[in-house]
Order: sequence, then C-alpha cells, then structure tokens
Amino acid sequence: MKALEIRSLRKTYRNGHEALLGIDLEVDEGDFFALLGPNGAGKSTAIGIVSSLVNKTAGQVRVFGHDLDTQPEAVKATIGLVPQEFNFNQFEPVVEILVNQAGYYGIPRREAFRRAESALRQLDLWDKRSAQARDLSGGMKRRLMIARALVHRPRLLILDEPTAGVDIEIRRSMWDFLRATNASGTTIILTTHYLEEAESLCRHIAIINNGRIAERARMTDLLRRLHSETFVLDLRDELDDIGTLPGFHVRQLDATTLEVAVTRDNGLSSLFVELSARGIEVASLRNKQNRLEQLFIDMVQGNDAHGGDA
Amino acid sequence: MSHAAVYWVAFRTIVTKEILRFSRIWVQTVLPPAITMALYFVIFGKLIGSQIGDMDGFRYIDFIVPGLILMSVISNSYANVVSSVYSSKFQHNIEELLIAPLPNFIILAGYVAGGVARGVIVGVVVTLVSLLFTDLAIHSYAVTLAVFVLTSVLFSIAGFINAVYANSFDDISIVPTFVLTPLTYLGGVFYSIRMLPEFWQGVSLANPVLYMVNAFRFGLLGVSDIALWLAFVIILGFVLVLGGFAMWLLARGVGIKS
Repeated sequence: MKALEIRSLRKTYRNGHEALLGIDLEVDEGDFFALLGPNGAGKSTAIGIVSSLVNKTAGQVRVFGHDLDTQPEAVKATIGLVPQEFNFNQFEPVVEILVNQAGYYGIPRREAFRRAESALRQLDLWDKRSAQARDLSGGMKRRLMIARALVHRPRLLILDEPTAGVDIEIRRSMWDFLRATNASGTTIILTTHYLEEAESLCRHIAIINNGRIAERARMTDLLRRLHSETFVLDLRDELDDIGTLPGFHVRQLDATTLEVAVTRDNGLSSLFVELSARGIEVASLRNKQNRLEQLFIDMVQGNDAHGGDA
Repeated sequence: MSHAAVYWVAFRTIVTKEILRFSRIWVQTVLPPAITMALYFVIFGKLIGSQIGDMDGFRYIDFIVPGLILMSVISNSYANVVSSVYSSKFQHNIEELLIAPLPNFIILAGYVAGGVARGVIVGVVVTLVSLLFTDLAIHSYAVTLAVFVLTSVLFSIAGFINAVYANSFDDISIVPTFVLTPLTYLGGVFYSIRMLPEFWQGVSLANPVLYMVNAFRFGLLGVSDIALWLAFVIILGFVLVLGGFAMWLLARGVGIKS
C-alpha cells in the first residue's frame, strides 16, 4: 500500500510565488524516505499541504488511500508532524503539551498521560516533564516535538529538518530512535540539510528543486551513479611534489596532504598501488564531501542550468 | 472510537487547556476585574450614587450593578479568546489543532467555551464583590443566566475573529479600546436611555450592547428600556452571524493557513 500519493500538486501563494509546479510523488508504506532540496525548493510547502497546514492550489493528495479533499480527518489521524520551527506553547509544561496533543486526537486523558510518559521516557525527557517548554535546550525541544508527533501513534511520521541545530551526539541518538520507529512499522518522510543523515537513514529519496521533482530513486541506485569521489589523504611522511598520478586527478594541499579524485573505473585499490610504487605511505583517508552531497550538488546545479535554458 | 467520542475528548481538552491557562495567571485575569469593579461600586455607587438618587425606581448602585457585571463578562470573554488564539498564532502552536483530525466547529467551540468559562468565573467574582455594597435580588434566574451565557458566547466569538485578523499584539488591543469600551459605556450601564434626548435614544438603539445590558438588568431587577424578546433576537442574531463568519474564516484558513 502507498503511504503517500501526490498527483499534480501545485501551490501558488497569494503573493504570486509558485512554490510547487505540479509534483508527483509516491511513498511506500514502511519506507524511510528522504525529501531533499535547496532552501525555497518547495519541500516545506509540500509537507505543509500533506499535513493540512497549507491550502493547495491544485492536485490530489492521498494518505494510506484516504483523499485529503474528501476525508481530511482520516488523513490527519494517520499523520504525525515534526515541523521545522518550534511550534509548541513555550509556557506550557512538557507533559501537558503531549497530553493536550493526544486529546486533540481523541485519546482520553488517563490514556494520554500514559502515552505521554512512554514517549517522554523513550526520548529521555521524562525528567523534564514538569518544566516549561521554554526552559528546555534546543536538542530537548527537538526531541519534544518528536515525542508530541508520536503520542497518537501515527502510521506516517513527517519530519521537517528534525535535527537542525542539534549536536552530533544527540543527532545520532535521534537517528537510532528514528530507525527503531521505522523498524516498528511507521513510515517516515524526512527532509534534512544534513545529507549524511539522509544517506544513513533513508531507503528512497526524492530531490525537489524549483517546485519540481528533479529525481526520485532508491538511495543505493542513486549513489551508484556517482562517477567520482574526492578523497583527502594524510601522508605519513612529507612530500616535495607529487607530480602526476596516471588515471587520477591529484592536487597537493600541503607537504603531507593530497586531494585525489577517484573515478568508479579506477577505484581506491589502483590509487594505493600507484602510491606504494612511489613509496608513499598513507596515514589516513577521508571523503572530502559526503557522497550524497556531491550528487545533490551535481543534480541541483544541473537542474538549475536546465531550467535556465528552458 | 466514534467520531462523536473523539470530538468530545478533543473539545474537553481544549476547554481544560484554556481554563488552566487563565487560572495559572489569575492575578492578571481574575483579580483586576474584581478590583476595578469594587472601585466602580465605591465611587459611582456609594459616593456619587448617593447624590444621584433613584433611577427607574432603584437606588443608583442597584441600577448599575447588572451593567457592571455584564461589562466584566464582555471584556473578559473577549480578552480570553483574543489573547489565547493570537498567542497560539504567534507561537504557531495553533498548528497542533490544525493538523489534528477535528472539524472546525470543535476548535471554535473549544475556544468559545474557554472564553465563557472565564466570563462566568469573573462574573461570579464581580457579583460576589457587588454583594459587599448592595443586596442583589434576582428577578428571573432564567433570563439572567441566558443573557449571561449568550453575551459571553457572543464576545468570545468576536474575540476569536479579532485574533484571526490580528498580526501584532497591538491589533488585539485596538478593538477592545476603541470599539468595545465605548459601546459598553454607551450601552446603558450607567444610565437609562430614557434620560437621553430623543435623537440620542435612537442612536443608542444601534448599539448591540444596550440590548444585552437591559436584558440582563431585567433578569436581575425586572426593569428594561428594551423589550425582552427584541433583546434576545438581537443577541441570538449576532451570535449566529458572527459564529457563521468565524466558521467561514476557519474553513478558508484566513490568518492561520498559507
């Protein structure tokens, strides 16, 4: 079953800005799906329409088979939303935010308290249950929004930049939590600017640019399209001049650091053979860019150029 | 779970949240009207009122008590909804309701019930304060209660509409300052319109608050400048028109959706 089906979705704001130019998108039930795009591409507008915060101009949205126009309450009941901006009452105690949210979905107060406790414990916020939301740290506020979105046990969880401004340790614990949530059967749609996050978590990906879907593919298929990757090599000993390496585009950054572009045809093994032959030992190696980031930039720039020609 | 059961739980949740909200800040919400009205009773009722003599066959303080109680109900019902809804817009937590599987009438009813709750609590507190200065007798419990609740409902809806259009905190104080207060003061709280020249009597009849104050005064004292049936028609008419308008605003998402 499709968790989400979007057909010819268009949005023109009152000021005339066309945020979506007729997008089509499908997300399978149980998927962990990344929706990527540069700022202003239309991601948040699309999410806003699916979650009923933005009125669409045209098109059709179906969530688990329910049509947004004719069965809006059935659609809303299946969705949990974690928006980009903090959107809870800053003066309310943490536990009340969750209990109220559960109440809006028809969950009686006693059961709402039970679920709020469970969600807060899962996200390490139980100790803060009586604190006002404004007194939480940025990372805690992000986790509070996830707890709130899950309190009615939605089948589709939509996260718009859920880890923005969160330190790496908390971000990784949130990833583990989201993986477990997805493994338990919840379909997840994620937008993020941390492409490492999308690569690490998501199985499918759509790239939206200038109000259109520029790409939709399996993450593994997409990464396979990457023709070359750039690596930064830290050398064990100082080197005067590397000169050229046949088959590789190499740049020496300083006496002990090289930047090498490795194509899919050559591979890292050939590179190490070449370096060993010259007696160069590599101490460590890292990607200059995240692989998805490299693809994303290529696609968005290519799409912009194409759009500019049209 | 049936739709009705979901709606009932959601409605109760909104009302509970609203009551907790204004109860937490009772020093700002419940205490000020009690102090203000006590001052009105002392200055206009006791000090100045004793020099005025009877009005419509009642001591002046007895005459102004119904209007002063209703004035608190009007301003507090309005203030509760306008500040709560605007604050929810400002902090974006109104989105919690917009994404929930609720029909618009539950959202409106929840906020209005919260406004009525504050109107009733403040009205009761002001009534208790008035008992320190006068012996309050109730002529008709049914009329008193009906006008009390309907007026509170009407101004709660009006507060909701104000909040929908408001884009700043200034916008939520403009209507109470420049519209609500003059209408209330000129709505026969302190005088009978029969004291006015004929022309101004006619002008006063265009003020909807006049009908509410007089109907409420009838409920407490048994006297009114306005026919009771006409007062109820006017109040109910405004409730339906403003209620319909508020539902239309919600359906269109005016002020709360892009």
